[in-house]
Amino acid sequence: MASAEIDVKYVAHLARIALTPDEEKKIGSQLGHILGYIEKLRELDVTNVEPTAHAMPLVNVTRADEIRPSLPPADALRNAPRQANGLFIVPKIVE
Amino acid sequence: MLNQLTISALTVKLARREVSAREATQACLDQIQRVDGKIHAFLSHDAADALAQADAADQLLAQGGNGASRPLLGVPIAVKDVLAVKGQPLNCGSKILGKFVSPYDATAIEKLKAAGAIVFGRLNMDEFAMGSSTENSAFGTTKNPWDITRIPGGSSGGSAAAVAADECIASLGTDTGGSIRQPAALCGCVGLKPTYGRISRYGLVAFASSLDQIGPFTKDVRDAATLLGVMSGHDLRDSTSVPVPVPDYTKALTGDIKGLKLGLPKEYLIGGLDPEVKAAVDAAVKKFTELGAEIVEISLPHTDYAVATYYIIATAEASANLARFDGIRYGARVDGNDPIELYSKTRGAGFGAEVKRRIILGTYVLSSGYYDAYYLRAQKVRTLIRNDFLKAFEKVDAIVTPTSPTAAFKLGEKSDDPLQMYLSDIFTISCNLAGICGVSVPCGFTQNPKLPVGLQLLGKPFGEETMLRVAHAYEQNTPWHKEKAAL
Repeated sequence: MASAEIDVKYVAHLARIALTPDEEKKIGSQLGHILGYIEKLRELDVTNVEPTAHAMPLVNVTRADEIRPSLPPADALRNAPRQANGLFIVPKIVE
Repeated sequence: MLNQLTISALTVKLARREVSAREATQACLDQIQRVDGKIHAFLSHDAADALAQADAADQLLAQGGNGASRPLLGVPIAVKDVLAVKGQPLNCGSKILGKFVSPYDATAIEKLKAAGAIVFGRLNMDEFAMGSSTENSAFGTTKNPWDITRIPGGSSGGSAAAVAADECIASLGTDTGGSIRQPAALCGCVGLKPTYGRISRYGLVAFASSLDQIGPFTKDVRDAATLLGVMSGHDLRDSTSVPVPVPDYTKALTGDIKGLKLGLPKEYLIGGLDPEVKAAVDAAVKKFTELGAEIVEISLPHTDYAVATYYIIATAEASANLARFDGIRYGARVDGNDPIELYSKTRGAGFGAEVKRRIILGTYVLSSGYYDAYYLRAQKVRTLIRNDFLKAFEKVDAIVTPTSPTAAFKLGEKSDDPLQMYLSDIFTISCNLAGICGVSVPCGFTQNPKLPVGLQLLGKPFGEETMLRVAHAYEQNTPWHKEKAAL
């Protein structure tokens, strides 16, 4: 059974995951195998079948627009790897 | 021993002041001390905090504070490491969260606390709930209490093992494709996955948002009904929680299943089904007939497509959900010269092999040019799978299947073959795709070695009462749930 080719290096870049060359090779062959299995969905005729995103279709779920307690900034920052002056510290984005 | 009691037995003793919550909690802590070196169900637990909660429960008990509003007063309940408990660590079995401490309680945890439970411990799991054996935990594998050379199932393997080994009275897990029911089956306890939307997912770290549900692991069906009642209900903080009234599920446990129709799907008697598992399920079906239920053969024609559908939808949702672990706002960070490099290095170092595999697969099936062929097609097949169940439920009140095609397998047996591991979820996965409810109850043992076998009952959307009535009637007429692993 022909399995789909997957450019692991490119997809890992899209997913923002740095892989070692060994990981790339291993994941590539495993995903080829899994995609080969997934191909079986092509056997089915899905013409005129509506897609299901959620088993319980709820629409326009809103709650009252009221001020309610939220996480204090100090608590929101407590787990940050780097923080200062009430802010998350990140690498420079704009020169 | 107090740690072996069910919720219903312990709460009776607590109400009569025969025992204290401190004694019950200490019994669990002693059992952890005695056996968890072998089992490794717990990643961590704060004994002093558990005992402080127990003392507070004892004070309330002394004032007569138990009763209808606090059905769990003084009951020690342990939690899978994917649910937020304020002030406790939360790692999801992963290195990427570093030293994360939850700043708030999940809604399900809030409800347990309000009901008086002693919420303690962090239970081991496959990283981000991705796996069927707990071998994907970054912190070592949990062992099956019935045979420590075997896996406990997964992803909630720690939750199942902790209940089976009497290290707690009950526990919480999560189920995205069978992660409660399969480990419950393999460890010989009761595991319940509620209908999608029954229990709020607020404070549950998302894996696949359209499939995830929180549920209990317990020593009998009555306890599962009690915990379901406590945790269920509409929550404004989870837009997918469904505003359906919450009944008293324990009232449904009448023991009478005469005239109920139980469906036996012909597609579930597949090759690969272990003969001893098949024999145990056949015997259970016979028992249902003796109890007055009617067995009806049904067909779920798209069963064979469920695993493939699941691994597209679940990985697609995971690839989006796990984008939040980027080393910026929380968790471990590996520095880079620019944000992209920082994200990539952080995620490359922080995620384990299975999580990387699934994020990459999910990214691929959503990527430009492949979306229609994979993701959209899988969502359409999901409709077909859901319709199979809705059609079957026009004829039957509940469906009976094995929970897992085999009893617990050996450590390492499937860890190098992801596809084989995925296929071990064949009987549990459809339930999540269809959004219905399911429960696994013990239904016997293999002979050599002696390992638990699980029976799965599937119910209609919000049909937990009927499903639990059937499970309870079966349990009360069989000896399996009373057996304990020798530890």
